[in-house]
Amino acid sequence: MSASAISVSGLRVVRGDTVVIPGLDLDIASGAITGLLGPSGCGKTTLMRAIVGVQRIVSGDVRVLGIPAGLPELRRRVGYVTQAPSLYSDLTVTENLRYFARVLGVDMSEVGRVVEVVDLGHRADSVVVRLSGGEQARASLAVALLGEPELLVLDEPTVGLDPLLRQDLWASFRRLADAGVTLLVSSHVMDEASRCDRLVLMRDGQVLAHETLKDLLSTTSTTDVESAFLQLVQDTGAHT
Amino acid sequence: MTAARVFATARRVLQQLRRDHRSVALMLVVPIVLIALLKWVYWDDQAVFDRIGLPLLGIFPFVTMFLVTSVATLRERQSGTLERLLSMPLSKVDLLLGYQIAFGIFATLQAVLAVAVTVGLLGLSVAGPLWAVVLVAILVALLGTAIGLAVSALARTEFQAVQFLPAVILPQFLLCGLLATRESMQPILAAISNLLPLSYAVDAMKEIGVAPSVSTETWRDLVIMVLFIVGFLIIGSATLRRRTP
Repeated sequence: MSASAISVSGLRVVRGDTVVIPGLDLDIASGAITGLLGPSGCGKTTLMRAIVGVQRIVSGDVRVLGIPAGLPELRRRVGYVTQAPSLYSDLTVTENLRYFARVLGVDMSEVGRVVEVVDLGHRADSVVVRLSGGEQARASLAVALLGEPELLVLDEPTVGLDPLLRQDLWASFRRLADAGVTLLVSSHVMDEASRCDRLVLMRDGQVLAHETLKDLLSTTSTTDVESAFLQLVQDTGAHT
Repeated sequence: MTAARVFATARRVLQQLRRDHRSVALMLVVPIVLIALLKWVYWDDQAVFDRIGLPLLGIFPFVTMFLVTSVATLRERQSGTLERLLSMPLSKVDLLLGYQIAFGIFATLQAVLAVAVTVGLLGLSVAGPLWAVVLVAILVALLGTAIGLAVSALARTEFQAVQFLPAVILPQFLLCGLLATRESMQPILAAISNLLPLSYAVDAMKEIGVAPSVSTETWRDLVIMVLFIVGFLIIGSATLRRRTP
């Protein structure tokens, strides 16, 4: 296994009166696709925000590419896509990309490249508000790809996409991973697990399991992720 | 801070404005129509029109830019673009100055147009130089932008942002010296009016209206306005957090 791209230790996040993440340790392998799975509200987004460095944390250490999360030198090396499209809806796809490219200080040729990666060439001059939900999600992903970041943190990037498009997107994730990019992709769709190199199963702010799909299925003696998840929940329930 | 990022941001804000023809038209035309109305309301009394017409030219940009900025910034916060920008190598100053430049350019256009119509067509008499009128209008617009930025942090929805207009603007409108001179107010109110930025814009406009050259007091008012702008920008930048709960 290669060195970790992300290493989290003792992470604790409290929002208002709610303990979102009580104390979490996790190492994410570099150059691979790690799927972050779990029901909605389990802390996936909070964990991702902590990794990107936009989450206020109570305690713990989060290192990304060997550097404490959120430091300025990481801002060009990490791409982050939230569940909201995070685009200027009154600008075209190209205008959005050009602006973010200027902010990142990357070459303008990047704009054309990322548009092709997410297959939006035919919509490049459309105003974002007129795009479908799936197209907006891909345009948002395109922004994260600007400047070829080493780590991509993608929060539910395939939600609401049709199966064909989901397949295309996963194929491009795979190409990126093959090129050495580390991807952390969250999903509440358990069947996307088969596309990931490694899986992190989360529930109530805790990591239930972190292994390959094959290992997960064999340790829980199940045949699909959904049952494996249920099995793990039952096991932890028995301990407490 | 880098010039490239500041100008990229200003350009993006102007691009967004350019898409919204209706807002642009409203922002440019409404002040002129209102002043024209005023002219006809005081049909028999040119002196009253001369007295309040000019200060109003210094109040309209404040209201427009306050509204536009507080809603625009709120959208940035809600759509996730602000979080995305702050996860990139963009400093808060880049963002704030970008907004200031974009709205400053727009305010210049608005002010030149309004001054041309009110002085050229409606016969508003101004003793001082017209460039000074435009300058005050631009500063007032920048002030509106800076305050709008700071206030947008307090609003969770666009409804709330709009409600800040009567809460923040109307008291200043009442106390700025347009309705009654500030010296004639109840002493506590007069003291409060000294702390409100719009008072200095109205003071400056009144002075430009009657003095043939820009007086020391006017320059002092302009400097105070610049200090208010800087102050509110500092407050505004404190509300832009990279890490949020």
